[in-house]
Amino acid sequence: MRRLINQHPGRAAGLALGVLPFIVLLFVYVIASQLRLAENAGDKLLPSLGTIADTFHSYAFEEDKRSGVVLFWADTWASLKRIGAALGISATLALVLAVCIGVIPRARALLSPLLNTVAMVPPLAVLPILFIVLGLEETSKIALIVIGVAPCVARDLALRVAELPREQIIKAQTLGASTWQLILRVVLPQLWPRLIDALRLSMGSAWLFLIAAEAIASTQGLGYRIFLVRRYLAMDVILPYVVWITLLAVLTDLALRTLRARAFRWAEPDR
Amino acid sequence: MATVSVRNVWKEYGAQVVLENIRLEIADHEFVTIIGASGCGKTTFLKMLLGMEQPTRGQILIDGTPIRPEPDPDRGVVFQRYSSFPHLTVLENVMLGLELKAAKLAGRLFGSARRAAREAALAMLESVGLAQARDRYPAQLSGGMQQRMSIAQAVICKPKILLLDEPFGALDPGVTADMHQLILRLWAENRMTIFMVSHDIQESFMLGTRLLTFDKLRHDPQAPEAYGASVTYDLKLMRNGRGESAPRMAAGI
Repeated sequence: MRRLINQHPGRAAGLALGVLPFIVLLFVYVIASQLRLAENAGDKLLPSLGTIADTFHSYAFEEDKRSGVVLFWADTWASLKRIGAALGISATLALVLAVCIGVIPRARALLSPLLNTVAMVPPLAVLPILFIVLGLEETSKIALIVIGVAPCVARDLALRVAELPREQIIKAQTLGASTWQLILRVVLPQLWPRLIDALRLSMGSAWLFLIAAEAIASTQGLGYRIFLVRRYLAMDVILPYVVWITLLAVLTDLALRTLRARAFRWAEPDR
Repeated sequence: MATVSVRNVWKEYGAQVVLENIRLEIADHEFVTIIGASGCGKTTFLKMLLGMEQPTRGQILIDGTPIRPEPDPDRGVVFQRYSSFPHLTVLENVMLGLELKAAKLAGRLFGSARRAAREAALAMLESVGLAQARDRYPAQLSGGMQQRMSIAQAVICKPKILLLDEPFGALDPGVTADMHQLILRLWAENRMTIFMVSHDIQESFMLGTRLLTFDKLRHDPQAPEAYGASVTYDLKLMRNGRGESAPRMAAGI
């Protein structure tokens, strides 16, 4: 009998093991829901899968009577637009900051203390300021995510630039690289995969800030909907929305991981 | 043409003296090998030649002009490790210097200029025996191949001076012998002046036309940092025609 640490599951067994906890969770939910519904048919806390499916159908495939839009997709689109714009802005900002801080000593002296301080500001604490200054529209929501995500990504990337071996930087100079060329040909190309990693790690907080902003002031969006129907204990709406948000996050993560593996083959640990 | 004058150079870190009063006149096309105990300042000396560090006193001149206080294409370098770019293939690594030289803004070449640079880089790879590996990434190469690439990358820019910081220190003995032949050939073909720091005495005698040893002349046991290292031996070596050399003159102190 080999040690546990040396027993590797095969491909099929590995997949089955991965799926198992999900099935167990679903099974536990179904049982619990049945038990509660048997006691009180009007129970709203753990709706049956059938009820959830019906509600989901009306949200995802029927137009809302009042607004005339299909709520589920309108919410999804509104949220994705916000988070997409915010992540795009965060990535650009973080990259520019990190390169300046990492490569140019004067810029480091100027910006590093500021960045390290701003990164410590609790983003939710400035949300009221954002609402007051930027209004309740899209800008303030996107700004909240950017404030929450960009400083962390920037600090991470700046550390990555600092980690580049000094030998590389010297070598590039002996090959005639100017500061600009060094950034363009040596630093940036090595930062792309790091940027993807950093974005993947900050995806959780990005969704957190998005939902917080939507919960407080919005007329559309996944977070808005969840907090709206909370008043009616509408678990049959909340649960599929939560599952959907999770699924979107997982898919984004997968997409970023695939992009990294495809586009930056040199950075993969085991080739 | 690249003569190097080192004029009364000192290097101190606060109270600690690393190098004291280094005086050297190096002729064009010399192959200078530098040996010494670890911590004796030979790498610091190389860093000053490179422009990574500045002398605290004295100055270094190349062809009579003071060196720029930062690395530049006049002085190529090969470190023991990390001196190639992991995100570029072997071919791209060797092309990089040519691209940086010609494309100031974009940092890369296109069209016929790119094809010309590619041809030059391929010829260089052929010359160092890496033509087969041109599309691989550095991490996929053995230590010896990485150093070949790194040397090719430096030499293709035609530096006046090539600085080698224990370039073969991490390689297997068999590989090292091949690398010696390679560096001697490139040195002869490109008429560079070479400075090589090594910890291998035999290698230093075999490759060099001039051998420097760095050591402390004075030592104060109560204050080990009070005195720095200096050049204790400066040997002119003559080749006997088989790629090996024997000491001709020992100018000890």
